[in-house]
Amino acid sequence: MAASATASRPDGVAKVQGTFAFSSDLTADGFLWGATLRSPHPHARITGIDVSGAWRIPGVEAVVTAADVPGKATYGLISSDQPVFASDVVRYVGEPVAAVAADHPDTCRRALAAIVVEYELLAPLVDPQRAVDGTHPSIHPDGNVVRHQRIVRGDQTIDGPVVVEGTYHLGMQDQAFLGLEAALAVPDSGGDGVELFVATQWLHEDQKQIAACLGFPAHKVRLTLGGVGGAFGAREDISLQVHTCLLALRTGRPVRMAYSREESFLGHVHRHPCTIWMRHHAELDGRIRRIEARFVFDGGAYASTSSAVLINAVTHAQGPYKCDNATVDGWAVRTNNPPCGAMRGFGVVQACFAHEGQMDRLAAAVGSDPVSIRLLNAMQTGDHLITGQVIQNVAPVARCIQETAALPLPDQPVGGHDANPLRLPGGSGLTADVGHVRRGIGWGVAIKNLMYSEAFDDYSTARVRLADGVAFVKFATSEVGQGFVTIAGQIARSVLGVDEVVLEPIDTTIGSAGSTSASRQTWMSGGAVDGACRLVRERLFERVGTAHGVDPLRLAIDGSDVVDTGGTLRVPVGLASAGVVIEQTFEHHHRPTEDLDEMGQGNCHTAFAFVAHRAVVDVDLELGLVKVVQIATAQDVGRALNPLSVVGQIEGGIAQGVGLAVMEEIIQEGGHVRNASFTDYLLPTFLDMPDVVISLIEEPDPMAPLGAKGVGEPPTISSTPAVVAAIRDALGKDLWRVPVRPADICL
Amino acid sequence: MSVIVPASLNDALQALARSPHATLLAGGTDLMVELNGGHRQVSEVVALARVAELRTWHHDPVAGVLHIGAGVTYAEIADEPIASWVPALAQAARTVGSPQIRHAATIGGNLGTCSPAGDGLPVLAALDATVHLASAAGARDLPLAEFMVAPKRTARLPGELITGVTVPVLGGWQGYSKVGVRNAMVIAVASVALVTDTVTESVRLALGSVGPTVLRCPDAERFAREHVDFEHRRVAAEALQRFVELARDEARPIDDHRSTAAYRRHAVGVLAGRLLRRAFPNE
Repeated sequence: MAASATASRPDGVAKVQGTFAFSSDLTADGFLWGATLRSPHPHARITGIDVSGAWRIPGVEAVVTAADVPGKATYGLISSDQPVFASDVVRYVGEPVAAVAADHPDTCRRALAAIVVEYELLAPLVDPQRAVDGTHPSIHPDGNVVRHQRIVRGDQTIDGPVVVEGTYHLGMQDQAFLGLEAALAVPDSGGDGVELFVATQWLHEDQKQIAACLGFPAHKVRLTLGGVGGAFGAREDISLQVHTCLLALRTGRPVRMAYSREESFLGHVHRHPCTIWMRHHAELDGRIRRIEARFVFDGGAYASTSSAVLINAVTHAQGPYKCDNATVDGWAVRTNNPPCGAMRGFGVVQACFAHEGQMDRLAAAVGSDPVSIRLLNAMQTGDHLITGQVIQNVAPVARCIQETAALPLPDQPVGGHDANPLRLPGGSGLTADVGHVRRGIGWGVAIKNLMYSEAFDDYSTARVRLADGVAFVKFATSEVGQGFVTIAGQIARSVLGVDEVVLEPIDTTIGSAGSTSASRQTWMSGGAVDGACRLVRERLFERVGTAHGVDPLRLAIDGSDVVDTGGTLRVPVGLASAGVVIEQTFEHHHRPTEDLDEMGQGNCHTAFAFVAHRAVVDVDLELGLVKVVQIATAQDVGRALNPLSVVGQIEGGIAQGVGLAVMEEIIQEGGHVRNASFTDYLLPTFLDMPDVVISLIEEPDPMAPLGAKGVGEPPTISSTPAVVAAIRDALGKDLWRVPVRPADICL
Repeated sequence: MSVIVPASLNDALQALARSPHATLLAGGTDLMVELNGGHRQVSEVVALARVAELRTWHHDPVAGVLHIGAGVTYAEIADEPIASWVPALAQAARTVGSPQIRHAATIGGNLGTCSPAGDGLPVLAALDATVHLASAAGARDLPLAEFMVAPKRTARLPGELITGVTVPVLGGWQGYSKVGVRNAMVIAVASVALVTDTVTESVRLALGSVGPTVLRCPDAERFAREHVDFEHRRVAAEALQRFVELARDEARPIDDHRSTAAYRRHAVGVLAGRLLRRAFPNE
């Protein structure tokens, strides 16, 4: 396909002009509003629920609790451990207990207030270490440890000669997508099926879980993607899907649910808070000999994807560095804190913050520098992970580091040439003068697995129909803002030589596309669209070959024509496909992977991508305020199918990495979220966002169907440790927790 | 919910006379957040957007004062000519929210909400502003210190409306600094306003977000008055350090989800010292 294409997004103009319909804009004739009653307690036994008060309110059409769930009472991505509604025990603040449907949101609000739930308070488990230690009674029938995984490889006796050790902690980050959770459910007239329009990351997984809870076969629950305003992992788990369908089926009317921002903070999973201990043993020159690590992930009340997040962390503990010997222990545990699950980077963010802190300690211990120590240890294709898996992908780690180092440092002094106070730490608060500020530089380098792991076949399906020179492309790939709709059109145009591509509705009338996560859709759904287009093209060439007496194998697409590579024949695709319909469906499967064994050995991952970040920060040492000035990055992208989209992913990912480094944290006290709003959960503004300078490393990966690696997650992963390292550099003080708070710097 | 939209100050006062406990709506940047979040229910609203008398300001060069109507927005205050008369208030205005919020939010709303983190309030306190209140029964003025009673509580009585605020136009340097954990669009974790008056050779200091209401610092002010040199814009390093300590001592901060008491106390000291140095750059 045409590399370096800069095709514009089909949904771009509508989104900029505000006419794009997000799922929260959906409506239907005669619809009702749905709303959810949530637990105010982190841990309590429900001793009674009286919904009669809600029924007495005029306009209330349905009130449902756990007793009304017709199918399976629980759901979950990996283990089905989360109740649709709590029935006996609530395990986190915000857990759904009941839902209502009514004629107006205010009616809903009054109805929720009229439901009386009697709770008997239980001691909440809020310290994840107690779950590891087994010193708190089980808060769930499945126990308090969701998963424990060891990795033991090589010589366990290696000790030194250089040893560096540290403990690291990451706070709970929120995905903070702008488009809040919203769905519209329309019941079938007989009440034996339902259609759901919803913003989600994986239609078919939702379909499976919803159908099970509703007691329907999967085909009775039909999903169409509602306009999605960002996801970042928070739409992998079920939130309002089952509730909305249930209310619609109960009332026989369309029901719309839409979360507020506050409810959204309670209603979806977050990035796991994590405490990590690491010890590196190295040669005197800094070459890593052995790593030891211990991870504790706080998964919150329900399992979600905690076990997979944990596996990502422990298997990435070495970072993008050669290491033959390792002892790693990881726990993902259950607490009465908000549930945690998928977020961009998926466990590797946590591991990377620790291993990059270790690399800087190691550099200091052996008298090296951040760049040299990383180049010395950089892994390459053919190296082993500590799981024994051989890296078969393109692995340009050294090149990522070198090209990042070669990018220009900011030419602006502290505050800029014009000494604009807005450019100083503290920004519009006018807190600092130039003399109060010191600049620092720091590094972060990352390895990230792409696609799903541990023997999971996360295939993707696409169907392409060519008719009269127009390609109709069908897939169930969730477009969450990443731009797959752009890529799909590019692929169809270049493979088939068509000018016009029609993207059909994204729904469950075709096979699964897998989740829009794990940096996988360009590889997987891109591979599926490419495969389907190629099958269609074969049929087209057969037809043209027969019509013109040419061997189809000699035919090729040149621009928008079918041409004979060994002759003079040239037929426009439009003409060649006139009056016929050629339709083909293709499933793209990645190569199979394995489970880890007890020692954490096995080829559990599908593929890998790499990235380096260098951060420049200005720090007000006395007030502890930070301005991230610049981030330079070289990223292993395989092939940039749409460079503008790649740059967008890199800049957006860095914004999230910067956010985790210096401001983004869900503050909890005893299981209660204290900042469930954008007033107090702070995201970077334009004044907080650094200049980003980018070098795309394009070494097409032979394992990738289009040569292109996923690009979504790597920017988020090592940008965080790079910023923290830069603050440490400016400060000359240890900082081993993110987000770095002003008091951590100055007090 | 009933919403009354008076077109004049008199209509607004009459409406309030009929519904003395009605909720007042100006820019809505506080109220609508609470309403949309379901944290507050209101039954009667008097919306002030169309009351032209509230949306004007008046500069009296003879008296050396500026009267700012309660409905004047932060965007107007951040801009000329107001910015030249009360630069610290303009600086405070520029730290409020986003451009959209500054175009809606009003100084009267900031006074009415009376949050300890309200950005306009430390400056108004340092300026010894006078708050103007009116009701159908008449008008009265209150010094800001008497107007602010407690967090989110003022001396405004049922049926009363804040019509505006009067501040002196002074000759000396003045400034406002605010710490938040973001470089823009953030609620103050700690803030400081410092105002100097070249005529009375006084220094006035007010602290935000470190007490139940905005705090003035009489000890620090008295000390500064004795130790700064207005003519040469000079303050000695040791005196500045003492000023910092006195400012810190005045703070009565708390721990909350935005920050800690220890950091807040530290931060107001640092800001007070930096502002004093900006006002008196020479050692």
